Amino acid sequence: MSVVPSSHPLHLGGRRARGRLGDLVLHGVTLAAALAGVAVLVLIGLEVVEGSHRAFGRFGLHFLASSAWNPVKDVYGAWPYVYGTLVSSLLALAIATPLSIAIGLYLSELAPRGVRGAIGALVEMLAAIPSVVLGLWGILVLGPFVRAHVEPWLNHTLGFTRIFDGPYSGFGLLPAILILTIMIVPIVSSICRELFLAVPSELEEGALALGTTRWEMIRGVILPAARPGIAAAAILGLGRAVGEAIAVSQVIGNSNGGIARSLFAPSNTLASGIANEFQGATSKLQVSSLFYLATILLAIGLAVNLLAQLIVRRFEFRRTGVD
Amino acid sequence: MTHAGLPLRPSARMRRRSAVNRLMEGVGTIAALVAVSLLAIVVVSVFRRGGGEISWGFLTKAPAGYGLPGRGIASALVGTLLLVLLATAMALPVGVLAAIYMTELAPRQISGVFRVALDVLNGMPSIVLGIFVYGLIVVAHGQSGLAGAFALAIIMLPLVARSTQEVLRLVPSTLREGGLALGAERWRTVVGLILPTTFGGIITGTVLAVARAAGETAPLLFTSSIISTPGVTWNPLHALASIPFTIFQLSESPDPADHRRAWAAALVLIAFVLLASLAARALLARTRRKLAR
Repeated sequence: MSVVPSSHPLHLGGRRARGRLGDLVLHGVTLAAALAGVAVLVLIGLEVVEGSHRAFGRFGLHFLASSAWNPVKDVYGAWPYVYGTLVSSLLALAIATPLSIAIGLYLSELAPRGVRGAIGALVEMLAAIPSVVLGLWGILVLGPFVRAHVEPWLNHTLGFTRIFDGPYSGFGLLPAILILTIMIVPIVSSICRELFLAVPSELEEGALALGTTRWEMIRGVILPAARPGIAAAAILGLGRAVGEAIAVSQVIGNSNGGIARSLFAPSNTLASGIANEFQGATSKLQVSSLFYLATILLAIGLAVNLLAQLIVRRFEFRRTGVD
Repeated sequence: MTHAGLPLRPSARMRRRSAVNRLMEGVGTIAALVAVSLLAIVVVSVFRRGGGEISWGFLTKAPAGYGLPGRGIASALVGTLLLVLLATAMALPVGVLAAIYMTELAPRQISGVFRVALDVLNGMPSIVLGIFVYGLIVVAHGQSGLAGAFALAIIMLPLVARSTQEVLRLVPSTLREGGLALGAERWRTVVGLILPTTFGGIITGTVLAVARAAGETAPLLFTSSIISTPGVTWNPLHALASIPFTIFQLSESPDPADHRRAWAAALVLIAFVLLASLAARALLARTRRKLAR
């Protein structure tokens, strides 16, 4: 720390003063840029909440539990959207997480060195496909395939549960879940790979030296060490699935007629509902209700993100705390 | 050495353990194969179905108008180009400057706060950004290319800032100390010494952010979406067409001819995005090598 008395006896040369000014400008400009990011974040919150003001005043928190979405009567409720969001993203996560862990293990432990980088890059490329292209593929390739093969098969084997019931259409929750799975697998699996690579190799080698097989080493050393990180990765994947609007709205069938038990039935999510209804929205209350949906989405997104970061922070802290 | 009572054959237990091991290794390999083949299936579908429709006219002619057959996607190409350029012009300076503040100047706690904010911004559902810009700008001023670009810039900002930060951290601290030791002021060290070494990394981050923004549909739905008008608009004060929105619109049409055009537009988009990601990857490897020396 340099202690400079305020009444500095030395005369500051012009160069020196310019340097001071330069530092001040650099500080000011960069700080302003960093603050701009925070400002945008705050503005987003304010704007979305303000937009939903009218609907909040009219329906209150009951909006969350109500299944009425009727533009003709100008009555709105979010429950079908919340339900569709929860079912589609949680089921997508349930498929994607084990798959991603397996891919992460393959990329970090099993793949031959020569192809490791290439396969990792290909998996990441999957994340680069724009969602609207994936949605187009979902409508015209995946949908017909699901209708012709997957839905009949599921109906024959598991139809008695009434979860796989009803007419085969290729539009609905099932294809939306599959599309979401494809979207979050590359994200979760590349985080998993990094986590597994970060496990100290002394531990791995120690386990192998004790005579474990590779799988026993993975199960006994790598997976426990990476567990909090895997949870964070899954939560981040969940956040992505919850927020996806376009691809889901292309394949989910867009119903606002309530809730069906079957995964074959058309449904809607918060994000896809906003995407779909916004342009057709006529009354101010309907627009405000869509802002209300966006507020719920924002709250879920925020919670999911902060939770994942919290886990990562604690995990990092614990890891560095040992050293 | 070998006693009769000590056979060198694996016990049943050992055989079971290695069978389980082989099984789980197989599961991992199959999972990776599934992911790679999904990519292949999607890309091959797009190229097979869109390839036949691509022609010079498709790329350079404006659409005939909604519901009319034929013509091209020129207005969407121009629109996406303008939207992405404007978004980059907004996000790049802010992102780089914010990253400089966070890595070079800010105290640790403060830079942590900004990092959390950028991470949250990065995880923000893109449809919420669309709604936000709708409420902020479109309600009062109507749809415009600028409004759409602003929404895209919010998506790009955390990507640019994060990749700039990453490459700033790679700059050896000897460079920083050397500059300061020579009596150069903080700003001279940052602008004259540190920034030039990070150009490669900043460009990489920008290319990745551009690839991401070029494919986004949701932020444009309420900010810059028009039913394809005849003629090409270059004016960002008007709503601009874009490739993702064009694909979205055509994909919901019942007409197979529209589907063919949607595939062709998807081919253009996916080719751009994949090439950009590959280029960014190569650039990143080069920057890493240069800074590691």
